[in-house]
Amino acid sequence: MAFHDTLVYINSTVESISAQFIRIPGSAIVLRYVRSSYQNDPMRSFLELCLFLFAVRYFLASKYSFAKKDFIKLSTKEVDDLVHEWTPEPLVAPLDEVDQAEVDKIPVIIGISGPKVKLSTGKSVMNLASFNMLNLLGNEQIRERAIKTVRENGVGACGPSGFYGTQEVHIQTEKDISNFLRVPASIIYAQAFNTISSTIPAFAKRGDIIVADSAIGLAIQKGILISRSTIRWFQHNDMDDLERVLQQVHNDFKGQPLTRRFIVTEGLFENGGDIADLPKILELKYKYKYRLILDESCSIGVVGKTGRGLTEYYNIPATEVDMIVGSLATTMCAGGGFCAGSEYVVQHQRISGNGYVFSAALPGYLAATASEAMSIMQSSPEIFTQLLANTRAFRAIIDKMNYMYSPSDPDSPLIHLQLNPEVLESRKIDDEDKFLQDVVDECIANGVLISRNKVVPSQEVFPVESTLKIMITTGLTKRETEKAAAVVKAAVSKVMSKVPKIKH
Amino acid sequence: MPSNQTKLASLFAQAQAQIQLPSSGSATMNSTSSSPVAAEPPAPSLGIINYTSGASTNNLSPEEIKKRSMQFAPISHQSHRYIPHHPKGQPLSDPVEEEPPLFFLLTTYISYLILIIFGHVRDFFGKRFKKEKYFHLIQQNGYAPLNSDFDSFYVRRLKARLDDCFSRPTIGVPGRYVTLLDRVTKDHCQTFSFTGTTTDCLNLSSYNYLGFAQSEGQCADAAEEVIRRYGTSSCSPRSVAGTTDLHIETEDLVARFVGKEAAMMFSMGYATNAAAFPSLVSKGCLIISDELNHASIRFGARLSGAVIKTFKHNDMADFERLLREEISQGQPRTHRPWKKILVVVEGLYSMEGTMCNLPVLVALKKKYKYYLFVDEAHSIGAIGPNGRGVCDYFGIDPGEVDILMGTLTKSFGATGGYLAADKAIIDALKLANIGYVYAEPMSPPVLGQIEAALRTIIGEIVPGEGEERLQRLSFNARYLRLGLKRLGFITYGHDDSPIIPLMLYAPAKMPAFSRDMLKRKIAVVVVGYPATPLVTSRVRFCVSASLNKDDLDTILRACDEIGDLLMLKFSSGTSMEHGEKPRWKVEDVIRKGVMDAKRDVL
Repeated sequence: MAFHDTLVYINSTVESISAQFIRIPGSAIVLRYVRSSYQNDPMRSFLELCLFLFAVRYFLASKYSFAKKDFIKLSTKEVDDLVHEWTPEPLVAPLDEVDQAEVDKIPVIIGISGPKVKLSTGKSVMNLASFNMLNLLGNEQIRERAIKTVRENGVGACGPSGFYGTQEVHIQTEKDISNFLRVPASIIYAQAFNTISSTIPAFAKRGDIIVADSAIGLAIQKGILISRSTIRWFQHNDMDDLERVLQQVHNDFKGQPLTRRFIVTEGLFENGGDIADLPKILELKYKYKYRLILDESCSIGVVGKTGRGLTEYYNIPATEVDMIVGSLATTMCAGGGFCAGSEYVVQHQRISGNGYVFSAALPGYLAATASEAMSIMQSSPEIFTQLLANTRAFRAIIDKMNYMYSPSDPDSPLIHLQLNPEVLESRKIDDEDKFLQDVVDECIANGVLISRNKVVPSQEVFPVESTLKIMITTGLTKRETEKAAAVVKAAVSKVMSKVPKIKH
Repeated sequence: MPSNQTKLASLFAQAQAQIQLPSSGSATMNSTSSSPVAAEPPAPSLGIINYTSGASTNNLSPEEIKKRSMQFAPISHQSHRYIPHHPKGQPLSDPVEEEPPLFFLLTTYISYLILIIFGHVRDFFGKRFKKEKYFHLIQQNGYAPLNSDFDSFYVRRLKARLDDCFSRPTIGVPGRYVTLLDRVTKDHCQTFSFTGTTTDCLNLSSYNYLGFAQSEGQCADAAEEVIRRYGTSSCSPRSVAGTTDLHIETEDLVARFVGKEAAMMFSMGYATNAAAFPSLVSKGCLIISDELNHASIRFGARLSGAVIKTFKHNDMADFERLLREEISQGQPRTHRPWKKILVVVEGLYSMEGTMCNLPVLVALKKKYKYYLFVDEAHSIGAIGPNGRGVCDYFGIDPGEVDILMGTLTKSFGATGGYLAADKAIIDALKLANIGYVYAEPMSPPVLGQIEAALRTIIGEIVPGEGEERLQRLSFNARYLRLGLKRLGFITYGHDDSPIIPLMLYAPAKMPAFSRDMLKRKIAVVVVGYPATPLVTSRVRFCVSASLNKDDLDTILRACDEIGDLLMLKFSSGTSMEHGEKPRWKVEDVIRKGVMDAKRDVL
């Protein structure tokens, strides 16, 4: 009887379920569909059921099941033991003596970083280590404008540009930059170093192609890295190699869907002081249909008759370059960076430029300072002639030096000095950086502040040559500049005299 | 400042005595200098900048007084202050997140569905028949489009419709009031033109928590003095020749303020995070990050090359599960142990108004030996009885956190960010941090602003003012939050948070709310997808110490009206103490708010 009861129970359950099922709106259609298809073709119903079950399994499966493949199941105690055993490395390895000495040697300036500064050691020195090339820092006109803006806007903008952080002074400065470079539009970022790291990933995405000079600065490298694009490098400033790379990309990606392609290079190279061959790059850009992102962080306000950068130097309209990225924090003595280009290029960054969208806007007074600096550059072009004269005076002495040479452009006020290869062969110099630091120390002792080119080697894609970095300024007279050059020359000779020769 | 409680008690006693006294006596910011707090010992000698303020405020003209009160309101009554406190050692309880009625969720989804369908249909036909308008989305003589239509879909189809609510240009100080440049659009937000007029709006949108965004007073004075003495820049990266004595002095002050041995500062808050991680972790290391961490943390973490794992926002159980799994499993495929694990959280989340559960994080740290990085971008200056951030709030020794990061943009009215840690770590970072070695340093006048703001908070200059700002901020935040809850709105976040997100849900309510508030001369920020999950569009109020109770009442009245108009009063009361559906009348809210905002639980 128990069997009969069970049957009755099952029967009633099935009946009640089917009664419930029929109540669901649309259930009749499903039922009819299943019935008719089963009568026509039982195989099809079975297949559909399999598909349905697979879909359910697919949706229920873990999102990253591939990562679980090598997941080892452990008991709670085993996990506890592993947790107990695990010893992490220190967060930051403590410095050794050499590195600590390097930290302690970072110069501290008392007061304004003008052409002549007082160091915390009490020593007064001529400053050839600052970007104050046009001596606009401390310019009375700029100072008054900055104070006036602080008295109108306060210091900070207290919010991102998208949320009430855009002040009238920012809009004005963006207009001034566009007028200065003679391009349709521009956008200001709050930090120059962050500008290009935001500009590149705003446009270049996964699958896009970036062809970049192998000597570009770190900020550009980071921008390329974060964009996840395909990167191809060409030899520094080697136009034949650039063409070879472009041709190779053309061959490699033939027949594939077209993606965005960019050439990325620097105007005046921060790590070498040399200048990109813009006309040739433009020619290749048009030939192979690339867009050009040009980082002019070191060349705006430095290169060209009135400081308008590389395009002025080569007498090319700035609109030929798709994106010009520059710094307001170098010779303009303000802060922040900008990207200039077409209306669309700028508008797009206002929504997609990470450093623009997610960061507070540049303080108003710094934007005003940049505007004022640009107006001074336009009204008194003679400062550039003076800068050139000082540069040539410096180079005239330094180029006659025995042990070092300069890879920089002869007219570039950013001068790098590098040890001659034959010196490295004939002298026992174990650590180039240490040698150069000794030269820097010797120069400071003799009243001239210069610096090594400081980099973080572990972060650079390619090794950066060890060099001395010198920046000429109009704040010093021609005679003073010559004197400084003589000090540098003498310092190199003096330090070299202590280095033993290698006997062959 | 351990004697806060007693000082405040005496202050309240005095306030009680003068109850109903009009606020004319406190028309200037330095009103508290006439209170008993002024009896503090004179400030110690103060380094490089000369602080001139405090003396000259008594003989101001009426216009100057008005200008000042536009930037920073006089307090309406001394009882409008509050000192936040959290039971020491207790974990933070999660705020109850209320759910809206199902109907509103459904309509929100339908809104997006309509938006998506119409958008795609318009894209499809537009690209074929209106090529000149879709120029930038179509391949052009061998060049791929600069932007794909898929990537920019929401920007073109949603944001473009409410563009008048974003990037509203301003002029002057973003203080108690923010002055907007009026603009009109004739082509549905494609372009704007200025009308030449301006509107003063109550400001609930700037990160001006302590109200230091001012063009007057000790901070602006310090900035001006620094411009005269240091110029506007130091013209070279910190490691080369960009370090001045002012940088060192301010860094020491910041380190002292946050309770660490040393600090280093950067010219941009975003870039502080973006540059911080590559020098801390690398390949073979693990970053465990809260899922709602800021874009800057994600940027920096990706640059570092470390593996990144996320846990559910503020979910400590999920966090511990992830930790156990990662430590026991080790690196992917090789199963080698991780070199180190860096846990990254924010002190106060800018879109949620929630704080991190620091007591639990610190407790777990002892067992699991990870390193803790706390981003105090929004919490420094804004949270804690002394304004020293989440450690101060929870009563935790800052030494328990390995790296304290914060920005100076917000509470201090300046710009930039800092990293604070042990001296050995900071020294090592001076050679390894790319922001320090390559980027331009903080501009000297910003340092002046920071120094003056910090010294005010600590109480070294203008005694009593820092305390007033901190306590007013706490009171304002609680008062506004309680008021909104009682009116029936759903808010997110912790009670003591000065960020109050008010939930709107439907995308169309974002522009409606923003525009209606603008009509009532109140500037607010609305946020939607992709900055928030799809359905939880919200308006985000950033409360400031520069507002007084009258301002908050104006805001509450405006919210009440708009809430009825847009049907925003969804709350079922589950986040409230009594659990009943709150639909208070706004006058009752205002009448009862001051006392009730000081209860432990709102």
